[in-house]
Amino acid sequence: MAEQHHPMLSLRGLTRRFGGLTAVDAIDLDLARGELISIIGPNGAGKTTLFNLVTGLDRPDAGTVHFEGQDITGLSPERLAAEGIARTFQLGRVFGNLSVMDNVLIGAHTRLRAVKPAVPVIGPLLELGLALLRPASVKAEEERLREEVKAILARFGERLLPRIDQPAYSLSYANRRRVEIARALALQPRLLLLDEPTAGMNPTETAEMQALVAELKAEGLTILLIEHKLEMVMRLSERVIVMDEGKKIAEGPGEQVRTEPKVIEAYLGHGLSGTAEQESAA
Amino acid sequence: MSSWLDYTINGLIVGNVYALVAVGLALIFGVSRLINFAQGSIYLVGAYIGWVAVVQLHTPLPLTIIVVAAAAAVVGLIIERFGLRPLQNSVRIAPLLATIGISFVLDQLVMLTFSPNPRALPSQLPDVRFQVGGGTIGPLDLLIAGVGLTSALLLFVFLRYSKLGWAVRAASQDRDAAMQMGVDVNRVNQAVFGIAAALGGVSGMLVGMYYNQIDTAMSLQATLKGVVAEVVGGAGNVPGAVIGSLLLGLVESYGVAVFGTSYRNLFAFLLLVVVLVLRPNGLFASARQAPPEPLTGTFIAPSRPVRIPRWALAVAAAIFAVLPFFPVSFYVLQTLINAWLLGMLALSLTLVAGTMGQVSLGHAALLAIGAYTSALLSLTLGVPVGLAIIAGGLMSAALGTLLISPSFRLRGHYVSIATLAIGEIVSLVILNWESVTRGPIGISGIPPLSLFGYDLISPTSIYWFSFIVMVVLALLQGRLLGSHLGRSFRAIRDDDIAARAYGLSLNRYKSLAFIFGGFAAGVSGGIAAHLYSYINHETFNTQQSILALTVVILGGLGNVVGAIVGSVALVGLPEVFRIAAEYRILIYGIVLLLLVRFRPQGLLGTI
Ligand SMILES: Nc1ncnc2c1ncn2[C@@H]1O[C@H](COP(=O)(O)OP(=O)(O)OP(=O)(O)O)[C@@H](O)[C@H]1O
Ligand SMILES: [Mg+2]
Repeated sequence: MAEQHHPMLSLRGLTRRFGGLTAVDAIDLDLARGELISIIGPNGAGKTTLFNLVTGLDRPDAGTVHFEGQDITGLSPERLAAEGIARTFQLGRVFGNLSVMDNVLIGAHTRLRAVKPAVPVIGPLLELGLALLRPASVKAEEERLREEVKAILARFGERLLPRIDQPAYSLSYANRRRVEIARALALQPRLLLLDEPTAGMNPTETAEMQALVAELKAEGLTILLIEHKLEMVMRLSERVIVMDEGKKIAEGPGEQVRTEPKVIEAYLGHGLSGTAEQESAA
Repeated sequence: MSSWLDYTINGLIVGNVYALVAVGLALIFGVSRLINFAQGSIYLVGAYIGWVAVVQLHTPLPLTIIVVAAAAAVVGLIIERFGLRPLQNSVRIAPLLATIGISFVLDQLVMLTFSPNPRALPSQLPDVRFQVGGGTIGPLDLLIAGVGLTSALLLFVFLRYSKLGWAVRAASQDRDAAMQMGVDVNRVNQAVFGIAAALGGVSGMLVGMYYNQIDTAMSLQATLKGVVAEVVGGAGNVPGAVIGSLLLGLVESYGVAVFGTSYRNLFAFLLLVVVLVLRPNGLFASARQAPPEPLTGTFIAPSRPVRIPRWALAVAAAIFAVLPFFPVSFYVLQTLINAWLLGMLALSLTLVAGTMGQVSLGHAALLAIGAYTSALLSLTLGVPVGLAIIAGGLMSAALGTLLISPSFRLRGHYVSIATLAIGEIVSLVILNWESVTRGPIGISGIPPLSLFGYDLISPTSIYWFSFIVMVVLALLQGRLLGSHLGRSFRAIRDDDIAARAYGLSLNRYKSLAFIFGGFAAGVSGGIAAHLYSYINHETFNTQQSILALTVVILGGLGNVVGAIVGSVALVGLPEVFRIAAEYRILIYGIVLLLLVRFRPQGLLGTI
């Protein structure tokens, strides 16, 4: 099978500049099916920008993105979601006024079939008509997805299920992060990108999240993870990629990367120059 | 015969006036990411203060300018302190709605104080013209150019060399960073609102002198022109606003030279729509810059809607349905018919502005499209009225969606500007497309409502007809909200970036919301046309758009029952309290402001 020969995700020379700043600088990356790779790096290294380029929320100035052997560079986020790429956001982007149920149902949007017939031109009008008429097929599909959402929420124990009808704005910070991950799972992604899923979580919550990601990995999901908590990174990832100032400065198994002088320097050096800048500005 | 040079001079002078408005808008946008819809009202206030000074106090010109600038600045400071500062930590939609409300209140206050009739504002300058090349130039032209250049110079010195000016620049570059460095944001806001208002007020006075006429319609025009110039130059970009203004002045002047005066505004708004679509960050910004709107935070007030049990709604509907069997006066029925028609418009707007988050300020245009379609079809082609009204709804759905579709990429305030401009374009097209719309004469003799060959003439039958149509539309909309489309619309409103990342196409779902909402508004307009029997390009105006917006906020954004309750309240209460017609709009504006400040989720809660 030809499919097996190429990696699931493959970036070549991916570059994004903001004015004079090169946020992502000629990044190469190959991610095999079922693999989990972590991307680490100091603040402002360009990790989130790299995610934006892969998920179509931003377009690269140079370089290519291939997914399942297909060139997807510059495709719209809507298209990429339909291809099976799901992501979470670093700062959390839940739909504040939607209930937990509705938030996660949005994750399943690309899988709606009965209510969204793939007919050109009049497709949207049919969708409107079907939404208003709600024939049995549409009702059944909606019911099935709702059951599925409950199953996904059950993965988070009693964290989300009791709050299923509450609006997302009323949830705790950690629960909102969980809703985001549940929403991503509802897409039934082929590739999952997690941007600091444990940011702002306490050690118990972090451990829970780590267990969940490990579970997803064990189920064979392909995952790209941005994470600051090195402990978690070391445990979960086959390979670690270290970014600094947009460039990939190291790549390899966690334990090896961790001791590379360049990596240590990047973390330390930034800490120091960061404080120096703040002092001179004050 | 005016020469080409004359048109150029005229364009630059008018552009100079626009610049005084646009620079203020750019300063305010720079520091608070807010498009101040009240800027035109300050311009109006400036013009009338100028009139008081010149005509009643006989002040000499230099003193007039100082008085106008100072008085307008005070108005600007009041707006900042009492209208906007309390909203600093509220949802993004709040300051947008507040400036709309403030503008409405100010305009009405001016109208009530000075009457809506135009007044002459003499320029106090000798009426001579000098030959310059092939054209002529008068002292007033020189005055306007002089005021423009002096203001630019003063502003430059202020921003460049004063401490407060430095703070303004810092805040507009990075507000959070500036705050951390100890910049007092309230002082900065005061400064920009004061300056913007002073410039706007002087601008209004100069325009009044230029045309030797002032009237209350100036306000909306000025806001629109200023915003056009500012957006063309790049929102928040002060030099860009000046260049955008001069460009707008020239485009209008040459447009008038070629096509005639009645097309003046059409060019301005077309320029706006083209720029918004092709370069939403302005002509001078790089096209791929990050969008200027903040990307996080909810747009509408989070709230849990009040749940009204179905049986209670059914009982309420039944009571209104049997009302005509009781001895109620014609007057009560008439009032309720107006409420039902407004209810349909509010249903449409609450879907678009509330559920979808696209705060439309041109919603009356959808009424106009429906009304003209239905009137013309029944009048000229003899289409039965019932069918003609449905056709009106469909035409509003189709045409409205088509017109707004270029703005689907825009967010927040930009949507409001685009819809305001599109609303104006529709009314200008109706005015100018005489072969179809009969232009300024309007359409008279529109056949009365009829259904299956029976004329609906009695108030009772009209009451039932409009009530049933509204209830059907409301039920359909409730069903829509309960479907996957309801949640898709609301998801896009809450966070369009996350929505796109999960496969929701903004074009597709915004279109569907406008199609559904456009239909309801078009039907309302169609019914109104057959009730009034006469319509013209002013029948459906911005005031109705704002009234509908107030209704929608009162009821709760996106709330179907709220839209109807709000309509009955805003149509009914002024009748109950016998409030004179000229005060009503003022009261709507004040209600809007109070709601935004104290109950942003409305009576029944946002959905
Ligand atoms: N839209 C944008 N416009 C201009 N500069 C940007 C934009 N987005 C990101 N940047 C800049 O690009 C650089 C990389 O940012 P990015 O958010 O990708 O870093 P990161 O590695 O995710 O950092 P963190 O660990 O803090 O999340 C930063 O210097 C940032 O300021
Ligand atoms: Mg990041």
